[in-house]
Amino acid sequence: MKTLVWVEHDNSELKDATLSVVTAAAKLGEVHLLVAGSGCSGVADQAAKIAGVGKVHLADDAAYEHALAENVAPLIADLMGHHDAVLFPATTTGKNIAPRVAALLDVMQISDILSVEGGKVFTRPIYAGNAIATVESSDAKLVITVRGTAFDKAEPAGGSAAVEAVSGPGDAGLSSFVGSEIAESERPELTSAKIIVSGGRALKDAETFEQFITPLADKLGAGIGASRAAVDAGYVPNDYQVGQTGKIVAPEVYIAIGISGAIQHLAGMKDSKTIIAINKDEDAPIFQVADIGLVADLYKAVPELTEKL
Amino acid sequence: MKILVPVKRVIDYNVKPRVKADGSGIDLQNVKMSMNPFDEIAVEEAIRIKEAGKAEEIIAVSVGPAKAQETLRTALAMGADRAILVEVEDGVDVEPLAVAKILKAIADEESPGIVMLGKQSISDDSNQTGQMLAALMGRPQGTFANTVEVEADSVTVKREIDGGLETVKLTLPAIVTTDLRLNEPRYASLPNIMKAKKKPLDTKTPADFGVDIAPRLTTTNVSEPPVRQAGEKVADVDALVAKLKAMGVA
Repeated sequence: MKTLVWVEHDNSELKDATLSVVTAAAKLGEVHLLVAGSGCSGVADQAAKIAGVGKVHLADDAAYEHALAENVAPLIADLMGHHDAVLFPATTTGKNIAPRVAALLDVMQISDILSVEGGKVFTRPIYAGNAIATVESSDAKLVITVRGTAFDKAEPAGGSAAVEAVSGPGDAGLSSFVGSEIAESERPELTSAKIIVSGGRALKDAETFEQFITPLADKLGAGIGASRAAVDAGYVPNDYQVGQTGKIVAPEVYIAIGISGAIQHLAGMKDSKTIIAINKDEDAPIFQVADIGLVADLYKAVPELTEKL
Repeated sequence: MKILVPVKRVIDYNVKPRVKADGSGIDLQNVKMSMNPFDEIAVEEAIRIKEAGKAEEIIAVSVGPAKAQETLRTALAMGADRAILVEVEDGVDVEPLAVAKILKAIADEESPGIVMLGKQSISDDSNQTGQMLAALMGRPQGTFANTVEVEADSVTVKREIDGGLETVKLTLPAIVTTDLRLNEPRYASLPNIMKAKKKPLDTKTPADFGVDIAPRLTTTNVSEPPVRQAGEKVADVDALVAKLKAMGVA
């Protein structure tokens, strides 16, 4: 099977999310990459070095700068004339584009795969991860999004694939990019952080969240997450949210502070390697999934922990 | 301008789904069903656009069993003007691609300026229908909407993306899919629930639109996810610090 992988990037840096998708694609067959963007040849050079990649297609066009689905989907659909499967990371970019490609190809997409079981058989989570479905596709081509935390990352070095320029229909004239507000932070991104410190509703307000969670995260070099309750209450911006409707994370260590452990939150973090919970309610559901639990008042325990680490 | 709002009947979000012992799916017997939460947000947003004088009519659509009428009545009670049920047999799951084809056929008849739908259902979590519909209609898509502003011939959508927000401008007609923080849906008042019973509700079938709903994916098994065992509780912060140090953290 010949596969095409959507490379996630910002026109200068290749994003880590791509590497897990390469691993998933390699289980299906030959791996080709697509770098679509504007002034992004540097990304194509990085992509060519990923171990196990056969070829990199580079579509460099102003119309592809912001990965607008209206513009890139027809380009990918064209390339699918020579590929049997296309795989995207299950990021907001991948989730935006993939179904548009699938519909253009008249294919039923397989979302958020956790494993490749055979040629056209995959597992994927349904009901917020409360169940795992095994599905088999009957379509001639496959359109897939990949849950990054379920696959190891391919080696970003060691390969030497050829880069080949491709072109597509360009600007569809349906949509335009106006602007973006990306939180600038020295902190690791949630989806790639090795350690995450996450706070819940018990933090009371934005100032308290900052006062108790941030110093601990700083000490550990950790990313900062939050429960939906904390986000909805306005303690932190929405991109902090870990859970079914937020980010799905699987760090080495996840420290849940003042988080009760609602189903929707657990769905987003239960694949973390080690879960540590600090909560004053000893019956909180978070303790049912925690490897290490501390029943304590966070306002005492967290500053003490920060100091002693 | 008309706004088309597709809604789906799913397990209520407060209910923990149970996997059937034979691995054939999720047990839906005697389980509370409700409108998909993201679709409620879509209905609410459509109503707000209409209240702002930027739309004249809101049409709710559901592809589902006869009982999906209840979901449509909820949309009507919230403020939709009329509804279309595309009925399938109870227990038949229609995949996003087929739903998108049915919606495309309805959009061809109704010519809505905006199709506003939830970004995903909380049942199969596919997150596909809106984007597929946009592709089939050859129209732009504003997915994971956080803010929607309708202008004369365009809609500006602020989208929730990894790491922040992104704003795109789409030429109408356009497809918008809703994210969690777009709005807080209203509750239907009792008088509006009564009034909704008299609002028009048409019933169709997929065949009326010439759409084949035969699934492309076969689900061979549904199982419980691996269960995580609870670990141990430590007595105090010192014990926690010792554990963290033993793990090589800090």
